Amino acid sequence: MNYYQKEIECASLDTLKALQDERLVKQVNRVYNNVGYYRNLMQKAGVTPDDIKGTKDLYKLPFLSKADLRDAYPYGLLGTPLSECVRIHSTSGTTGKRVVAFYTQHDLDLWDDCCARAIVGAGGSREDICQVCYGYGLFTGGMGLNGGSHKLGCLTLPMSSGNTERQIQFMQDLKSTILGCTPSYAAYIGETLHEMGLTPDDISLKAGIFGAEPWTEEMRHQIEELLGIKAYDIYGLTELSGPGVSFECCEQSGMHVNEDHFIPEIINPETGEVLPEGEVGELVFTSITKEAFPLLRYRTRDLCVLHREKCSCGRTFIKMSKPKGRSDDMLIIKGVNVFPSQVEAVLIEQGYSSNYRIEIGREGNMDTFDVLVELNSSQVSDTVKGIKDSEKALAGAMKTMLGVVPKIHLVAPKSIERSEGKAVRVIDKRKLH
Amino acid sequence: MSIKQISVFLENRAGSMAEATALLADAKINLRALSIADTAEFGILRIVTDRTEEALKVLEDGGFAAAVNHVLAVEIEDKPGSLAKILKVLFDAGVGVEYTYAFTSIKANTAYMIFRVDDRSKAENVLKEANINVAGQEIFR
Repeated sequence: MNYYQKEIECASLDTLKALQDERLVKQVNRVYNNVGYYRNLMQKAGVTPDDIKGTKDLYKLPFLSKADLRDAYPYGLLGTPLSECVRIHSTSGTTGKRVVAFYTQHDLDLWDDCCARAIVGAGGSREDICQVCYGYGLFTGGMGLNGGSHKLGCLTLPMSSGNTERQIQFMQDLKSTILGCTPSYAAYIGETLHEMGLTPDDISLKAGIFGAEPWTEEMRHQIEELLGIKAYDIYGLTELSGPGVSFECCEQSGMHVNEDHFIPEIINPETGEVLPEGEVGELVFTSITKEAFPLLRYRTRDLCVLHREKCSCGRTFIKMSKPKGRSDDMLIIKGVNVFPSQVEAVLIEQGYSSNYRIEIGREGNMDTFDVLVELNSSQVSDTVKGIKDSEKALAGAMKTMLGVVPKIHLVAPKSIERSEGKAVRVIDKRKLH
Repeated sequence: MSIKQISVFLENRAGSMAEATALLADAKINLRALSIADTAEFGILRIVTDRTEEALKVLEDGGFAAAVNHVLAVEIEDKPGSLAKILKVLFDAGVGVEYTYAFTSIKANTAYMIFRVDDRSKAENVLKEANINVAGQEIFR
């Protein structure tokens, strides 16, 4: 078994806790002294740095949310003088004002370490050739994985996303062994490969590290088959650095959180109460080593579960489940909570393409719920009734899974707009806010 | 005895049928018969050609979802009452007809009607008993 930083990745729980306690105390002091915005929050909550003696006191600290990041935009949460910062990254800003995160050189070094651990977790080593097809630029995906790949010593192909046939050409010519991109783009590359008349035998990929958007187990199997690889999940968010906050190992059963840098908690999203291990709730992270953008108790809005069990890979870091949806991308349709990932799971289970779009609207006081799905040749019927029956059967399967029945529209292959970065899966035309 | 028909799923937008037929034209595939079922949301283009496998590949490579199924090609004399006779035979046997469309053959004075029925083997048997010819793929050779 290989590790990038074995000593800490496989440390005993006592060693890890001691390190977290020490780093947390130091970080809280640094934030209190340097970040006026958070000092105010602590004062309002009646907490002083002296109250925080270790991770057991974490619950006393106030939360930070995306709203705080917007309020403090752009410099209000800086933990160091701006002159110490060497880079920014930013979120796409699709759900409101963009978030800008800052990095010192030290922050970048630690981020590279986290991504290097992820590549090794996926079976990589310095012998590998790593093709990075995450977008480069403000988005953290490209430069994040690029940094980890460099640090590990892989030959790095900084492809960015797009121009899919060229991506495949490079895979063939340079024999890339590891692919990094969004899962929807990985599936797209896989489909394109087959459309070009090639098979996984024509390329040398063995593993993929996919993140930056929600994906399902079904989609993992689909990608693994299309590309002939093992597909590993990686998790992160710009606010905490980017990809590499947690990563999957050979077990592919949840992501090990890099706990020497990030302390995870699960809370009840309604009350803020900390929940025990094994319960589903909102994931909260405290960054204990970041200098430029040191967020304490940042609410991710991702719903998941934490488990600390002995892992066959030997790592002792706690594992988080694949997010089961986001507490803020959850759709409420006709009063029922629906996650797009559930819709996707039904589609794949029923043999349909995972290229779909959910459209929600409102007629009078009633929600409308439409799902457009691309059919393939095996679903073509020579009669209108045949197509309508397939739509009805799929709607029935959706109803069983979701508790609310959508109107299914089968549409022609490739007729739903595909993006080579993040897929737009939901169009909500209701004006509810 | 039956012949192969290709069904192509068409988006309900201008030009989708032109695109499908252009693909076949470029591959120099001759259409022997054609019909369309349309709804507000999509259409199904049904075609018969002597080069079914090739046509299917051309369409799929061109990005269309398409599938092959078997239909009956029934020989029909060019005189009054021929269609009524066929339909009566099928109706009397309790065979339901989903759709039908016609095409002519190179063979002089012979037209064929394609029947999509709910019970193909039963339809074949009762038509044979009534001395009505059901053609196979050989009519395209």
